[in-house]
Amino acid sequence: MYQTLKNLTATEQVGALFFLVFGLLLLASIAAVLLSLREFDDAEVAEQRRSDLHNFEGVLRTSWFMVLVFWIGWLAGDWVALTLFGLVSFFALREFMTLSPTRRGDHRSLVLAFFVVLPIQYWLVGSEHFDLFTVFIPVHVFLALPVASALANDPQRFLERNAKLQWGIMVCIYGMSHVPALLLDFPDYNNKSAFLVFFLVLVVQTCMISQHLASRRLRRAPAAPNISHSFNWPSWWIGIAVGSIPGTLLAGITPFCTGPGFRDVVCRLRGRVARASGDESPQTRPWHPDLARAGCWTGSMRCVLPRPSSFIRLDGILASSPVFIAQFAPKLIAYANPWH
Amino acid sequence: MLAKLMSYFLLGLIRVLTGAQARWYGCPPKAEQRIYFANHQSHADLMMIWAALPKELRVRTRAIAARDYWTKTPFRQWLTTAVFNVIYVARDRSAEEDPLEPLFEALNHGDSIILFPEGTRGNAEEPQAFKAGLYNLALKFPGIELVLAWINNVQRVMPKGEVVPVPVLCSVTFGAPLHLQDGEERRAFLDRARQAVIALRDV
Repeated sequence: MYQTLKNLTATEQVGALFFLVFGLLLLASIAAVLLSLREFDDAEVAEQRRSDLHNFEGVLRTSWFMVLVFWIGWLAGDWVALTLFGLVSFFALREFMTLSPTRRGDHRSLVLAFFVVLPIQYWLVGSEHFDLFTVFIPVHVFLALPVASALANDPQRFLERNAKLQWGIMVCIYGMSHVPALLLDFPDYNNKSAFLVFFLVLVVQTCMISQHLASRRLRRAPAAPNISHSFNWPSWWIGIAVGSIPGTLLAGITPFCTGPGFRDVVCRLRGRVARASGDESPQTRPWHPDLARAGCWTGSMRCVLPRPSSFIRLDGILASSPVFIAQFAPKLIAYANPWH
Repeated sequence: MLAKLMSYFLLGLIRVLTGAQARWYGCPPKAEQRIYFANHQSHADLMMIWAALPKELRVRTRAIAARDYWTKTPFRQWLTTAVFNVIYVARDRSAEEDPLEPLFEALNHGDSIILFPEGTRGNAEEPQAFKAGLYNLALKFPGIELVLAWINNVQRVMPKGEVVPVPVLCSVTFGAPLHLQDGEERRAFLDRARQAVIALRDV
């Protein structure tokens, strides 16, 4: 079986991976439908089960959405993938900005963020300006935007407003743009870059889902109840532990297991990604009175959004992909060009 | 044809920029004659209510627009007549006829209307005092439901004086229909209507 898989071409391997993931999702969806048919005598238990199932269906919907986006991105090529991820960035930033109150004076800076910074960042990714795309936002944009804000002539809470806008850009544009960056063709790593994205998404999602399930099971007191009703340290550790399993198992689909020198990079990285996804996701949730009331980001997004949004669960990916790239990209480039 | 395309373009644009979420809180969307009224902070307000209505209701629902502003250039005139099919009213009271006459005509014809009783776009937290037109309409057409709405966040999309819109999620909350009570004073009714619109902000 392993030999058969190994003898396939890269494209066939990626195709097989998608086939596997779609199959698993289909099984999970069928299971969800079957579970929803079950009847309970006790009304309270029934209510509890229904809300559990509702949560599970939310996770499933997001997973379908993300796999579909990746699949379309992989099928249709780089620029389509970039456009798709650019749109996801756009909608994520739209949600972020809705939650952080802006003033009239922020209008021009917001226009710049949405219609100038976002396209340029994705263009930098697409045209493989690796040197510029990691510093464009944190250095150039973050220095230029406050100037645009200052010209709006509104000194009230100036630093605070700028900080909010900058963090929104950091999470929604900078973070997100690192995911399609993994899909690009690295020389000598022929067409296998989809594996990298898979690795990232699978590890992070496993980590988040297991943390979510563990916190439901354990029912410990939340570590920061005003931010999240469910986050607690034991389930965080479980999330990391479970997330490391697919990380270890799938290390083979990354390019680094070919030589012993790279293996420890992967191991360190795996720890980093798992840690990042477990640990940064509650922190990246922007604070807002509504959030405290609704209990968590997801809850309040449901009130704000027209339809239950798929983007709300991207926070783990948003937080971990730059960490992933920051660890990965230089090694990847060095790996691709030995004379680099 | 061009007007149809323009309307689809504008609907798509408003959905991408604001999510155009409709919350039918006090009443369901129904194909009956209604007077919708809401707070007014931006040109996008009309688009928001328009996008919030189901398609069948949208064709029979017409907004009120100030004649002097919206007929100034050929493009504005085309936009308001061919795309939105608005009812023009004169803002200055120089003319002999009742400025509400075109509204009476439209209501007698069976159309629903969208009204911004503040008269002009405001930029404060709370809407300005309502003008008397709403009261006069309620008095003259007691059979037509007055549906109030609160448009949230639109001022952040396009504040007065800006040309490039910024994407922010917005919503339109429709409240329970309001009725003119027997013998209710004009000012009392207008204040009650204004308070009811403000109250929708927090639901």
